[in-house]
Amino acid sequence: MTNKSSKRTQQHPSRCPDNSAFKQQRLPASELELTAPAVLSSFFIIGLVCLAVGICLILTVLRVQEIQINYSDICSNCSKLRENASNWKTECHCTANFTLELSMEGDVLMYYGLQNFFQNHRRYVISRSNAQLLGKDVNIENSNCEPFTIYPNGTPMAPCGAIANSMFNDTIHLSYYPNSTTVIQVPLLKRGNSWWTDKNVKFFNPPSHNLSSAFAGSARPPYWEKPVYLLDEEDDENNGYKNDDFIIWMRVSAFATFKNLYRRLSRINEFADGLPAGNYSLHISYNFPVTKFRGKKQVVFSTVVWSGGRNFFLGIAYTISGAVILLAGFILMALHLKLRKK
Amino acid sequence: MAQETERGGDVLPVQKEKKGREKKRRRRKKDCKTRTVRSNLLLPGPEADTPTKSSMASNQVKTTKYTALSFLPKNLFEQFHRLANVYFVFIALLNFVPALNAFQPELALAPVLFILAVTAIKDLWEDYSRFRSDEEINHMECLVYCRNEKKYMNRYWKEVQVGDFVQLRCNEIIPADILLLSSSDPDGLCHIETANLDGETNLKQRQVVRGFLELVSEFDPLKFTSVIECEEPNNDLSRFRGYIIHKNEGKAALYKDNLLLRGCTIRNTEEVAGIVIYAGHETKALLNNNGPRYKRSKLERQMNVDVLWCVLILIVTCLFSAIGHGLWVWQYGEKRKPVFDVPGPDGNYLSPVLAAAYLFLTMIIVLQVLIPISLYVSIEIVKICQVFFIHQDKDLYDEETDSHLQCRALNITEDLGQMQYIFSDKTGTLTENKMVFRRCTVSGIEYSHDANARRLAMYQEADSEEEDASPRGGPLSQRDSISSHQSIKVVHRNQCIKSHRRTGSRAEAKRASILSKHTAFSSPMEKDITPDPNLLEKVNECARYLEIIKNHERSLSQLTSELSDIFDFFIALTICNTVVVTSPNQPRQKVRVRFELKSPVKTIEDFIRRLTPSRLTSGSNSSSSSSLATNKSTNRVCSSVLSSTSTESTLLKLEEKLSNSAQTNNNGGYSSQQARKALENGSEEGELRYEAESPDEAALVYAARAYDCALVGRLSDQVSVELPHLGRLTFELLHTLGFDSIRKRMSVVVRHPLTDEIYVYTKGADSVIMDLLLPCSSDDPRGKHQKKIQSKTQNDLNHYAADGLRTLCIAKRILTKEEYACWLKSHLEAESSIENREELLFQSAIRIETNLHLLGATGVEDRLQDGVPETIANLRKAGLQIWVLTGDKQETAVNIAYACKLLSHDEEIITLNADSPETCAMLLEQHLHCIESKFSNNAVERVTEHAHVGFVPPYATSSSVHPNLGLVVDGRTLVYALDQTLEDKFLSLAKRCRSVLCCRSTPLQKSMVVKLVRDKLKTMTLAIVDMIQVADVGVGISGPEGMQALMASDFAVPRFRHLEKLLLVHGHWCYSRLANMVLYFFYKNAMLVALLFWYQFYCGFSGSSMIEQWNLIFFNVLFSSLPQLITGVLDKDVAAEVLISVPQLYKSGQNMEEYQPHMFWMTMIDALYQSLICFFVPYFTYYDSDVDIFTWGTPITTIALFTIILHLAIETKTWTWLHWSSCIFSILLFFIVALVYNASCPVCHPPSNPYWTIEKLMGEPMFYLTCLISPVVALLPRFLYKTLQGTLFPSPLQLGRQLNRLSPEIRNQVLNRLNTKKESVSPRHLYADSSLENPYSNTSNPLKTCKQNTPSEVSSYGNEPAHPPKTRIECTVGSNVTTTPYAAVLYEENRHSTVAGTQETSLGFHGVTHSTSEMEPTSVEETFQWISTADQSDFSLLKWITSTPLFNGLGRGVPLSPHSLQSVTQDNTDPFGCHSPCDQGITGLTGQDSAHFQENIKGTPADCSKSETFEMTFL
Repeated sequence: MTNKSSKRTQQHPSRCPDNSAFKQQRLPASELELTAPAVLSSFFIIGLVCLAVGICLILTVLRVQEIQINYSDICSNCSKLRENASNWKTECHCTANFTLELSMEGDVLMYYGLQNFFQNHRRYVISRSNAQLLGKDVNIENSNCEPFTIYPNGTPMAPCGAIANSMFNDTIHLSYYPNSTTVIQVPLLKRGNSWWTDKNVKFFNPPSHNLSSAFAGSARPPYWEKPVYLLDEEDDENNGYKNDDFIIWMRVSAFATFKNLYRRLSRINEFADGLPAGNYSLHISYNFPVTKFRGKKQVVFSTVVWSGGRNFFLGIAYTISGAVILLAGFILMALHLKLRKK
Repeated sequence: MAQETERGGDVLPVQKEKKGREKKRRRRKKDCKTRTVRSNLLLPGPEADTPTKSSMASNQVKTTKYTALSFLPKNLFEQFHRLANVYFVFIALLNFVPALNAFQPELALAPVLFILAVTAIKDLWEDYSRFRSDEEINHMECLVYCRNEKKYMNRYWKEVQVGDFVQLRCNEIIPADILLLSSSDPDGLCHIETANLDGETNLKQRQVVRGFLELVSEFDPLKFTSVIECEEPNNDLSRFRGYIIHKNEGKAALYKDNLLLRGCTIRNTEEVAGIVIYAGHETKALLNNNGPRYKRSKLERQMNVDVLWCVLILIVTCLFSAIGHGLWVWQYGEKRKPVFDVPGPDGNYLSPVLAAAYLFLTMIIVLQVLIPISLYVSIEIVKICQVFFIHQDKDLYDEETDSHLQCRALNITEDLGQMQYIFSDKTGTLTENKMVFRRCTVSGIEYSHDANARRLAMYQEADSEEEDASPRGGPLSQRDSISSHQSIKVVHRNQCIKSHRRTGSRAEAKRASILSKHTAFSSPMEKDITPDPNLLEKVNECARYLEIIKNHERSLSQLTSELSDIFDFFIALTICNTVVVTSPNQPRQKVRVRFELKSPVKTIEDFIRRLTPSRLTSGSNSSSSSSLATNKSTNRVCSSVLSSTSTESTLLKLEEKLSNSAQTNNNGGYSSQQARKALENGSEEGELRYEAESPDEAALVYAARAYDCALVGRLSDQVSVELPHLGRLTFELLHTLGFDSIRKRMSVVVRHPLTDEIYVYTKGADSVIMDLLLPCSSDDPRGKHQKKIQSKTQNDLNHYAADGLRTLCIAKRILTKEEYACWLKSHLEAESSIENREELLFQSAIRIETNLHLLGATGVEDRLQDGVPETIANLRKAGLQIWVLTGDKQETAVNIAYACKLLSHDEEIITLNADSPETCAMLLEQHLHCIESKFSNNAVERVTEHAHVGFVPPYATSSSVHPNLGLVVDGRTLVYALDQTLEDKFLSLAKRCRSVLCCRSTPLQKSMVVKLVRDKLKTMTLAIVDMIQVADVGVGISGPEGMQALMASDFAVPRFRHLEKLLLVHGHWCYSRLANMVLYFFYKNAMLVALLFWYQFYCGFSGSSMIEQWNLIFFNVLFSSLPQLITGVLDKDVAAEVLISVPQLYKSGQNMEEYQPHMFWMTMIDALYQSLICFFVPYFTYYDSDVDIFTWGTPITTIALFTIILHLAIETKTWTWLHWSSCIFSILLFFIVALVYNASCPVCHPPSNPYWTIEKLMGEPMFYLTCLISPVVALLPRFLYKTLQGTLFPSPLQLGRQLNRLSPEIRNQVLNRLNTKKESVSPRHLYADSSLENPYSNTSNPLKTCKQNTPSEVSSYGNEPAHPPKTRIECTVGSNVTTTPYAAVLYEENRHSTVAGTQETSLGFHGVTHSTSEMEPTSVEETFQWISTADQSDFSLLKWITSTPLFNGLGRGVPLSPHSLQSVTQDNTDPFGCHSPCDQGITGLTGQDSAHFQENIKGTPADCSKSETFEMTFL
């Protein structure tokens, strides 16, 4: 009888569902068992770790030295001048002096900062042609560069787009006054400030034996004083699209108030250890208008640690959240003990 | 007639084309709305209307929606019918507007295309399975007459054309709508089973078209020249009109009785033939089949509201941004345009207003994710998976029928977790619809059939140990018959195994599984009845007497009245029915030689001729030589011989008989022995099969056979009965007055072969038969005796009903020839009348069914299905209100209800029996008042209780359910109660009752009730079998008796008990999974969108997004979708075992605890908070640095992903490797995609260019530090909340989960304790139970008791409904019984100490004596057992475990002294304390309770050690 039935079931498999753990929803499962010891210890551990990291971060950031020189106010005459676009050919120079109380040790980075410059504006962000910057011969009319693509006479702009067009074009030199008479031009590096990948992968000049012929047939963007192949006449490797200042500008910043790396201190001679304390002055060729959008310009000198610049936020955040988590842990423990006693 | 034709309202969608074509045709022939059908075998004549022919659908069924060519356009068209898809495509197209500067347009299309593709593939797959099943059905075979071959040939179904002649055999499925032209049945009848269409398992009779019945020779399709005019195809199953025009200009009307419907099964008829009228999609079955319905679940409706909220939020944020941008642009003025404000392509700057307008659209594109694009498709995927798992559940598989649960509605799985009301049929739903003869009473003497009861009990056992084939299943023969039965089934299964794999609408193929039974209603359990020895003895005695009487030609009157009653009783059982006899080897033969005289009696002359005295035919006298022929064919020979004993040859026979009389006398004993032998042989070789229209009939015939009174043959004019000693008796069947639901009885008029008198045997419901009995004077002793018998029988009947048996009364009447002649005249008039013939026949039947002589009564058991009481009890514990709506009589229904725990003995039963709307109104009013006053007490109590433990009832509606009330309504009262004026009152009464029982209700009433409850109470309703269409969820039972109402059901379960797991486990899971998933979806999208929104404040509201476009677009589809799908499909918040053992957990679904309206907003707020953290931590970290937009955006994306997945991790309750791997996979996928994408192509995606971003970031420690702290801070509040809530205010679900975490032994102990606790309640009600010994006290008229107790009110109820006097007496007795001293004291107290209101409180409730004081304590305790115990934990889980009696002996509090425990107990009973009148009683009870608890403690010292393993846990 049983044989028979088993044979039968072999021949005609019944429609009984498989008794597999998956189909019966009996997969071995573990619940996150939030027992008191586990929860409490995790609270304490996380809290302590956060606290430690936070304090560590704060201590690190404390080592960072930073000085900001807002020069759009200092150079107010130039600012006024630039308000009127028709004066763009008029040169305007201005000098800003500052004193370092303490020497800045280590690598010193020099940034220019802009306030209220909405580089992250949607239409601005997309107004570029990556292909063009890669040195490819592309029809930029179809790119996002509109309306900064071609002049009415048909000459394409190189580089095209609003980002390139609005490039920061102040020139800043730094002089050091070890004493009241001596002036030393502080040596600053203008290459190697951009990302390596940008310089070597994303930006290429059009292939040609020299730059001016490479950009022949195209014209500078309307706001520029000189064509792109004259961005750095001294250094061929830093000219055209491969100009570091240009590359850095093209990397659109995230906020309306931002700073871009401008120069790095070349650590030679007196400046081998960084910027010594003393008097300095910035010689600025003031070209970039900011008053139109109620903007400010500044120069920032900063040293660098592994955690970046002088920003205490993360350290504080870690410290506070570590403290909060610990507190929560203590409350939970108190609760636990109280309940247990009951 | 034909002009009345109207087209069916609903036409299948697939028929649209056809409809169009038909429309055209209709235009062509405007005047002709009928269909003309001619035989296809005729050579096409000149008048043949070929275009008409071609317009009729062929029998090929095509339910597929698409063809290879039309798939893409059609599917897309259909998908765009969904508003959501249109929205998404609209958004995608917006991207192509250059002015909006949105994403790369092609990229933006990707997710929409992806989702369209997924849906399309799903549709394609579904369509393919439809195609396959179409193919299967189209290629089923049937016999079609072929002109060339001049015989029936096998053809595929799809080749059948309108006008073809089709021959069908027994158990075949009808391929098209066929006009029945011939049947092997002598009466031209054919039985079909329509369960597939309407769910009714009773067989339906169909009749050969008039005019063809009279054909002398076999039906020959070639000679069919008539033309059939009938109505156009429509979907009305209950109507078919038309007429047939014969060549000779004769016309005959066609009714629905002539039409065989596609999809039904031929039963009990050997062979039928007919002409196809409607084929394929024009058949009524297919016109009725609207395919799987699309129901929207409650959760989805709620979700859609929230989606609308999302739309609103989206619009508001976009508007906000637009205005912000407008202002931002405006502030720079016309002339001071900054360089970063890029002018339009034409070089002109946008005006602030235009910029704002553009930005509005841009923002919609950027923030589109807020409307969860993937939500709909995810939900669909999850639901399909859920359905898959429900399908696969082994527990929902029924071995006996080899069927498992089927979901036919794919999108309402979660509704199963939210049910509040269950409406159930009784027969076939709660019961097996296997009618088994249980006991009977004859002539006032009850035969208890104990052996039979034992036999049935054995089946029960055998059922519970299904596979166990060891010899404990019963006598050997039984087992054999079971196994043979099974083997038949298997063979059939083999045959139709292919057709099993049907999907969706093709239920007709599922019919194949029913083929497994050759004959309906004939399981061994129903057939093998063990006779009661006493009765058997009497039957034998009776037979001996009869033999003597017959042999000595004495009058029957010599028989004692008891014996004659017994004799008549069994004769009535045997012949008073429409059962036909077949034997499996020799099916019912077609009687080819027909007699001119038709039976029943058609004319007066016929009557006179027939009444010529003739003592007819016992089997022995008709040529014994022929009956000596091979045993094998005995039955056949006999019946054929019998068939020749017609009235025509009566005189001849008489002579023959006289001459043979001596021989007959000698042969008497022999012949009966021989008959027996034949019978035995028959049972060996294939016993007689009884094919009945309803299971009750079959049960009674089998019962009679057990007493050797076997029905051996039935022809149209005679019935043959095989009797012991007497041999074969042939009754001349004069009339059969069929059963109808108004008369509630059926009768046969026969001529008794022994006495030659006209007998009327009537079988019917006791309520009607008892009124039709011959009034007997109490003067003469005979009359007194009769009266006594009647009262005894009534008493027995009441007992039967109390046992839940279906009762039938058997009565007879002997007509004098004059009476008969008189009646016959009028009857023949009625029969021959054309107008209101039915009505006249009805009247005629009533005329003859009077002055009956009561023979006895039977009790037939419709056995409860396995596990029904447990299931009902559990479902009730789960907070479901169960209504049973049945057509049974009240007593039966009530007692079945008790048997299946629908009503319990400690409940108060309100019975509504009203004669008029006024009484009904009054009753309702009073009961409402009663409950109101009672309930207000209760409410106060509860409020105090809640105040005490700080518990707020989570819902208002069900708190008004009085936990211990049952309501019983009968059909008549229901009519009044459903009246518009009273329905509100009825509902407000009914919704307070835990269970409602409607007896004697018609299908229409059932639907009305369901509709009423659903619409008025706005609750979720689940209907089983009958009322499927109107309820939110319809469940069919695909039980052994076939697929009941399968076609219309959303879910079909094999057995009722499967409902428990379906609802409590799968329903709960589906609900909680989906609810959590939906909320999570909203959270996820809101969180992502909020991140983008915050950024607008820092980018001049210009619509910038710091999240790279690829990441943004694929975030939902790729990175964060898998874990939530896995969780949505597999997460188990509470283990199945716990859900089953603690049904109360189901309430979370009913109260929508997982997804309440406010939770959407809580989720939104949480999303807001989390997004703030995820935005501002990186913001401040990178503030004032030289970070670029995507280098800053990528950490945000990463943080968002971490947070979203960790959030899901917190929400996930159980982790399987699938969960783990999906989460890890998602995160890995994100990094891999980001790394590859950021490294692959420096110029690929024009606007953004994130080349090497992630690579650079991953080299910096700041990235990791940011990504670590943000999720932690973002999720800390939620985690903390969860921890605290789980510790301090654990929800029942969390406690259930806790329970599951315990080791199995401890869990079992806890659960046991839980049950023990429940049982411990019952002792208090022992005295209450005593009142229930008499079942009538339950159903007694509430007003009766009221009269006893409040005499002042009597007058007002003077006109109360009349009850049978006997019942009333018993009722009084019953309530006297209840008045045990203890209860009486309580009652007295109660009455004296309370105001008049209390008197009213007691009014109308059964067992008044213990109503108020006793019921409430239990009620409160029982309902709040789970919750309140949790509450008393006083915020401590630990305390909860220790302090509650359920867990005592487990927690740390084990060493509690009995004294302290007692105090706890008193705390427990605190709520009852407000019950001032019965304080005394309560104290007593409390003592009792505490004693019990102490016992518990003492009993479990061993548990203490185990309890040490307990740890306080956070949930």
